[in-house]
Amino acid sequence: MSVEVVLPGVLADLAGGTRHLDVAPGGGTLADLLDTLAAVHPRLARRIRDEAGALRRFVNVYVDGDDVRFTGGLGAPVPDGAVVQVLPSVAGG
Amino acid sequence: MTDLLAIGTRKGLWLARSDDDRRTWTLGEPHLLAQEVAAVSIDTRGPAPRVLAGIQYGHWGPTVMRSDDLGASWQETETGAIRFPEDTGAALARVWQLRPDSADRPGVVWAGCEPHSLWRSIDGGCSFELVRGLWDHPHRPTWQPGGGGGAVHTVLPDPASDRVTVAMSTGGVYVSEDGASTWEPRNAGISAVFLPEPAPEYGQCVHKVAVDAAGPDRMYAQNHFGVFRTDDAGGSWTSIAEGLPADFGFPVVASPSTPGTAWVVPLVADAQRVPPEGRLQVQRTRDAGETWTALTSGLPDGCWAAVVRDAACADQADPTGLYVGTRDGCVYASADEGDTFTLVADHLPDVLVVRVARI
Repeated sequence: MSVEVVLPGVLADLAGGTRHLDVAPGGGTLADLLDTLAAVHPRLARRIRDEAGALRRFVNVYVDGDDVRFTGGLGAPVPDGAVVQVLPSVAGG
Repeated sequence: MTDLLAIGTRKGLWLARSDDDRRTWTLGEPHLLAQEVAAVSIDTRGPAPRVLAGIQYGHWGPTVMRSDDLGASWQETETGAIRFPEDTGAALARVWQLRPDSADRPGVVWAGCEPHSLWRSIDGGCSFELVRGLWDHPHRPTWQPGGGGGAVHTVLPDPASDRVTVAMSTGGVYVSEDGASTWEPRNAGISAVFLPEPAPEYGQCVHKVAVDAAGPDRMYAQNHFGVFRTDDAGGSWTSIAEGLPADFGFPVVASPSTPGTAWVVPLVADAQRVPPEGRLQVQRTRDAGETWTALTSGLPDGCWAAVVRDAACADQADPTGLYVGTRDGCVYASADEGDTFTLVADHLPDVLVVRVARI
């Protein structure tokens, strides 16, 4: 049982040089998945969530193509075999 | 003998070196490129100089980076050097200040952060602990964010006692006399023109505080309108703005060696944050604020760029050197207490912080 996490290139160094990680889905929600990720790659996990557990404002996460902000946020279901994509939002200057 | 000047900008960190007693400077390649570097320190107490940088990692949040080889490599604590305890429910938004303590307290580094919080490290900045005495202060819920956010942006540990002074926007000046355990506001005399009560106990938007070389009880404050001095460790503040072309501004820097000498960089007003008459100028006092002298030699005319609160600093050399960075990406250095400046760098991103050390 695993979920594929797809990262932007800028985060690959924090994942051991890869943009694709196979991660156990844990309890089945995005929060569970990110908890699992944090145990192995703590610096990577901190780029996605702050220490209070919230998704960072300009980080977007998609589960099988759906933006989790509209599907339950950190409680969004992440089924076995899902593809979880992490993308920076359009922001900056 | 090398003088190292660290320049933190909105999009990276640059290190400049001088090997000829600050006559000429060589600017190096960028470090942490594209990351906002709002806080930096050069800690010379250890076997090798340690550069600490508080960065905003683009979309990916704030963190503290450190380098023990002058930027050749950077390290980051796995779980984050500054991390709010779970019970606070808070999350780090920005590191505003990194301040190594004295040589007698090796390993101790202070950090001021947003949201309003003070942190102490005992391992050279690898990990910090939240200073609960200030976090739990009953005033904290009523401290408001300034335009840049609500943060402790100034940390002044007294090397000879347990006193620690902080300043914040907004909130004002708070002082602890017991090693940061308990805190009290010390803002009497500092104005707050943006509040209905013009002289509240706290809530002022103090932009920067500096300690005079005469001793820890004398300090200067550049306020959001007003420049002030205290001679009793913040017990009372008096205006020293007379003679300045404007009393608004962000930095105040005190000489580390000459009592009564300090510098400010005036801006016209809060709604007009540009140098008076479009000419960048540093104002220096040699009599603790009784009189001021404009210093313009080597600084540009036709300059409409502001200098933010940590974009000015002094060195420890003799005579004292002064360093000023602008929001249009220029850095000027003076090796003669501000009498004359030379250009160290231009066309950088907005300069947010400059710090210097002899290594």
